[in-house]
This record gives sequence, C-alpha cells and structure tokens, in this order.
Amino acid sequence: MAAVSCPECGQPAHAEDRFCESCGLSLLLRRTPEGGPQGARRSTCVSCAGRVDAEGFCERCGRAQPAPRDRMEFDFGVVAGVSDRGRARVRNEDSMACAVVGPESAPAAVVVVVCDGVGSTERADQAAQTAVDAALARIVDCLQAGKDPYESTVDGSAAAFEAVELLAEPTSPDLAPSCTLVSAVATEEGVTVGWIGDSRAYWLAGADSRQLTTDDTLHAQLVAAGLSDEEASAEANAHALARWVGADAEPGLPHVVGVPPDEPGTLVVCSDGLWNYLPTAESIAARASGSPARVAAELTAAALELGGGDNITVVAVPYPFHSRRSAGDE
Amino acid sequence: MSDFEVEVYQNEYLPQGAAEVNAVVTVTSRGGGAPAGDTPAAEVLIVDCSGSMDHPRTKLAAAKRATGAAIDTLRDGVAFAVIAGTDNAELVYPPRLGMVPADAASRAEAKQAVQRLRADRGTAMGEWLLLAKDVFATQAGALRHAILLTDGKNVHERAHKLDRILGEVAGQFVCDCRGVGTDWEVRELRKIADALLGSVGIVAEAEDLEADFREMTAAAMGKEVADVALRVWTPQGATVKFVKQVEPSLLDLTARREESAPRSGDYPTGAWGSESRDYHVCVRVPPAAVGEKMLAARVSLVATGTGEVLGKGQVLAVWTDDTALSTKISPEVAHYTGQAELAAVIEEGLEAQRKGQIETATAKLGRAVALANSSGHEDTAKLLAKVVDVVDPVRGTVRLRRQVSAVDAMTLESRSQVTKRVGKGSGEAGGEH
Ligand SMILES: [Zn+2]
Ligand SMILES: [Zn+2]
Repeated sequence: MAAVSCPECGQPAHAEDRFCESCGLSLLLRRTPEGGPQGARRSTCVSCAGRVDAEGFCERCGRAQPAPRDRMEFDFGVVAGVSDRGRARVRNEDSMACAVVGPESAPAAVVVVVCDGVGSTERADQAAQTAVDAALARIVDCLQAGKDPYESTVDGSAAAFEAVELLAEPTSPDLAPSCTLVSAVATEEGVTVGWIGDSRAYWLAGADSRQLTTDDTLHAQLVAAGLSDEEASAEANAHALARWVGADAEPGLPHVVGVPPDEPGTLVVCSDGLWNYLPTAESIAARASGSPARVAAELTAAALELGGGDNITVVAVPYPFHSRRSAGDE
Repeated sequence: MSDFEVEVYQNEYLPQGAAEVNAVVTVTSRGGGAPAGDTPAAEVLIVDCSGSMDHPRTKLAAAKRATGAAIDTLRDGVAFAVIAGTDNAELVYPPRLGMVPADAASRAEAKQAVQRLRADRGTAMGEWLLLAKDVFATQAGALRHAILLTDGKNVHERAHKLDRILGEVAGQFVCDCRGVGTDWEVRELRKIADALLGSVGIVAEAEDLEADFREMTAAAMGKEVADVALRVWTPQGATVKFVKQVEPSLLDLTARREESAPRSGDYPTGAWGSESRDYHVCVRVPPAAVGEKMLAARVSLVATGTGEVLGKGQVLAVWTDDTALSTKISPEVAHYTGQAELAAVIEEGLEAQRKGQIETATAKLGRAVALANSSGHEDTAKLLAKVVDVVDPVRGTVRLRRQVSAVDAMTLESRSQVTKRVGKGSGEAGGEH
C-alpha cells in the first residue's frame, strides 16, 4: 500500500485515518484551495533576475512579475490541471478547481470544474473563481451525502448560479460578472459531464476520440441539428454565447452527458483558449500523452505556441483512474 | 511635518511596441497639523533702484510703499533683509550682512532705511541675487523666499554672466519676480523666476505694487516645508523624457535633475504650504511583449534636507492588443498637453507679432484662442481678446489688432505659463500615501 501523507501539511498519516493527526484536515478529500491554486510569489525577476520588491515589480527592470493567477497548476496524480493567462490577455479570467474524494490510495471520485469569465463583463475573473469554488464544494457535498453524479452535477451548476448572482451590483445588473461552466465527475460508474456555455470536455480514446460537449452557441446547436458549418455560420450572432452563468442569465439545468465505465480513455476539460487552436478531439489527442500533468502542460504549451490569444485552462483525468499511481509516471 | 498625497492619472495601456508612458501626477500637501510658522522663515526684498525708477517719480515712491507693506506682512520672528539693486547690490537693511527677526522695532528701522533710497545708476540683477544668496546663507534650515522688483532690462550685465549666477543661486532660495511698467522684458525675468522656482508678473500701475507685495509675502508666510524634491525612479533601460510642473503654472524641470541613486533622480519643487500642484511625467521605456506589465516610474516626494519620503505613487505600463484600451487618452494628460501648447503658441505668436510676421502671428494667436476656449481657460481667453480681434473662438479665427497696448501684450506674455486646472474625476487614479 502506498504511503499516505496529509495533502495540506505533508505529515505522514496511516492509510486508515480519516483525518490528519497534525492539522485535522480530511484525508478523504484532496482539493485545490478555495480561491484557486496559488503560484508562489517570486523573489527574483523572470525577465532579468533582479530583485522583486514587495509590490511585485522588479527593482531593476520594473517588470511586473506574473501574478499567481497568471499561471496556476495542480497535480493530484490521478488528475492534473494548468490554467495560463496566455499571451494577449492582461489577466487570467479562467479558473479551475478539482477534488479527489476518498483515500489517496483508492480514490472514489474525481471532480473537476472549469469556468471561463465572459470577457465583456466586469470582474469576469472573480465570476469564474466564485463559480468553480461553489460548484466544486456543492458537487463534493452531494457525492459525500450519497447523491448520484447526475444529481450532484445539476446541484453544482445551481450552486454556481447562486454564488455568481451575488456578485452583481443590484443597481446595475447589466454589469453582472458572468462565466461559462463545465464540470466532470468521474466515479466507478463512469464519467458525468455537465456544462453551460462554450467551455468543453473531450474524450480521448484513440479512434473513438470525440467532443463530449456541444457549445451553447447558435452555431454549435445548428451544426448538431445537421446544418453545415457554412449554413450555421450564416446566422446572425452565430458564435455568440447563448447561455452562461451570471445574474443576467436565465438560470436553467446544465446539459449533461455521460461516458460509460467500460470505456477507457482520457478526459480533457478545457476553456476555449485551448480549443480555439485545437478544435477537434483528434488534434487534441495527437498532442496528449503521458501523465495527466504532462497532458495538461503540453496542451497548454501548444495553445501558447499557436498564439495564446486567450486564457488557457486544461485539466486531464485518465480513466479508469484506479489503476493509476502517483504523479510523475509516464 | 506636512502630509503629501500623490495621485497618478494616466492610461497605463499601451499598444504593442509603444515606448512612451505619460502620466499626470497630482501632489497635494495638506499641512499635517503643524501650523505655518513652526518652520523658521527668511525673506529678502530686492528693490530696483536704478535711475529709471525715477521716471516717473511715482515709481520709486510706490516701490517703497510696497516694500513697507511686505515688511508689515512678515510674521513676527521671520528673519528679513532689504537689498537695493543697481549695477551693484547694496544691503539696505540690516546695516551689516545678516538678517534680523521681524518685530515692531526692526520693521520701523527697515522702513526708515527704505525711505532713504534714491534712484541712480544701472541694472545688474545677477549681482542682486548673489547678495541675496549671501544674506540667506546667514540663516540655517529656513524657508527662504525673495521678491525681486525691477522696471527695466538687465543692461549692465551680459546674459551669460546672469546664467552663470542663476546656476550658482538656484536651489538656495525661491524668488518671485515682478516687473513694474513696460520697459522690462518678460523672457528675462521668467528666466530668473524659473531658475528660482518662483512666479513672474507684471504690475502695470505702480500704485498696485503694494497689494501685490503684500499678497506675495503672505503666500510665502503660508509655506511649511522648504526644499521638497520630486524623485523619479525609472527601470533599467528607461529614460525620463521630461518632468514638468503643469499646474498652477508651467515649469520645465527636466534639466534640473540631480541623480539621487541608481536610476533615480530628484527634481526641485521648492517650498510647500497647503496646496496642490500637477506634474506631467513622460518616460521612455523599452517596450515589452503584449500582456506584460511594467512599473515605468515610481514618483515620490522627498524632503531634500532629511531625505524623508513624504508621499509616493506609481506610473505603470501595460502592453495590450486591445485597441479599446490602448487608444483611450488620459483626459488629464490631454488637458495639460493642450495647456503646454497654449503657452507655446502665445509666446510664438507674440514673438512673430513683434517681428512683424503677420501670418504666423495670426495663426499662432488664433490657435491660442481656440485652445483657451476649448480648455475653458477664461483668464487667458480674456487677455488674448485684448491683443487680437476674435472672429470665431471655437475655430480660432482671429484678426491682429493694428494697435495693441504694451501693457496688454506684456500681461498676456507674463501670464502665458499660468495653466487652468484640469477638471478631475473622469480619469483613473492610482497612488498611495
Ligand atoms: Zn495535515
Ligand atoms: Zn527584472
């Protein structure tokens, strides 16, 4: 049996312990911190290796050091993610959250949430972070209370709506911060994906690789209904978001699709910063190999190389995850 | 010690490849508790006693009354002295090199000495300033202010000698300059006032001198902090293109930089009371990639004597390919860029008029009328209307007047650097105490 250590304080623990003896944290839940996986503050400049002052500027070349949100990473072995500001945007308005439920040696469920702040609204980054935090917490609560993945997914989406609505200024609802949402729950019974908006989930499984989600855009809905890309694009505002999460959106059930437990593959959950460059499951699969951390890092790097025009978030979960060991294996 | 607040107004977003960062820095001194008068002050009054001061006779008499009024306005205990200026400089009061604290007795003695002044000989202002410097040197750690009154040109001194002396006395004291009548030269007096961080003004009628002197002295008595410098730090590879005071009047400080630390330079701002001033800082930085953010300058207010930092703010640069962000012009930067152009076209227009270059003068003064109108600078608009006939103030269509009084032209010229404060509120403010 693999040695167990506390995900929070690193102290060793017994495999049968439910809580850490040192800090009291639950050993049956490992999750990214609320507020997002934080990068460490740098003490030397990324640009010239000069000293960085307390405000995060280089004392020599003046360059602002990347904010923690600019590049977020996490790696729980069975699941890993990268969220990057990209090369054109001033801020990273994507967010991601992840939880592994159950003992580290034998996880019962992996939960992933990715949100993309809608760029034209104020405080889009805050909306995305609030949404992933609320959805992740609710989904985990539901699973631990014994609800099934479908119910948990629907409840998680509702929690995101409730939390993001509170961010809107009562006096100016048209400035409501908003975001897209895609969640995935992987258990022994398969993978359940829910979404609102145009952040996507892909299933990479060789020749059976496919996109699991259908974007909440008129264009995507028309293509799904059988129209050609050209015909669908001819519609006015064909690529505008039809649904999103925010005070200015109609609350409603998320779309939900499932992948059966007997189909091995790798789940990739991402924002449009990736799929703008690699739109098809095949193009993503061609660049995804190795550990989840490597898949997330390589796909992010690919989007950056291809232009990095938007924030990029990629989370990868190989399935079934029981057979996988710790981080870093190839 | 006063509390200085620094606010920065700018559009930090730059298009790809842009290298120039502009910001308007508003500095406000709130006089943090200490009432004016805690800092020892010293005042030197310099009165032109050249022969021309006797023509008309009322001129010297008015100058004496004005000097008396200034002496009466001094707070008790303020060290003072009076200098008579000709082609030489003579200490009128006190009798020996030094300064005397103001009280009933010293004020009376000084006014008697001023009454005995006679107009004779020539004009060499550099000598006057050198003596003022020596007089101030007898007082340690004080707010040092002088008033220089003249009625003529600096004819008994070569220009380069005056320049050399200005270099020597700059930073030693602040000097407000006044020209009485119309036989003096605005540019000459401005050179002195700029070097000594003071104002320049015309007093057309001798009888108005008294009120003006009283006002200047009262303003000097309101100062609390002597010798404050604007310190500008810039990153490696960056250069300061200019640092200008832009409000209440234009004063280019760029050449006055003194290195204070690596990549850091101090620009003198003189003495401060409870007041607010604006500075336009322009920095050239090496452009960074789109998405990068840079601290283009750190601006702080520093007490020159103690090195104490009184307030600070940041000038930022963020490169973006979002043209909606990068094409916005900061209203503050735009306003003061317009005020600087207004001052320049007035000077150039008046110069062209003097030289008889009618077309240039008409174009420049017309542009000045349009700028004064669009920026709501009513004072300057009124002064311009005395020099040109305004046909269309919006488009700046004007006709030169056949007859322009020397007083009106000189008033416009001496007021040309006085700016109109920007209407704040529309820009983004960043900064800290
Ligand atoms: Zn612990
Ligand atoms: Zn650096």
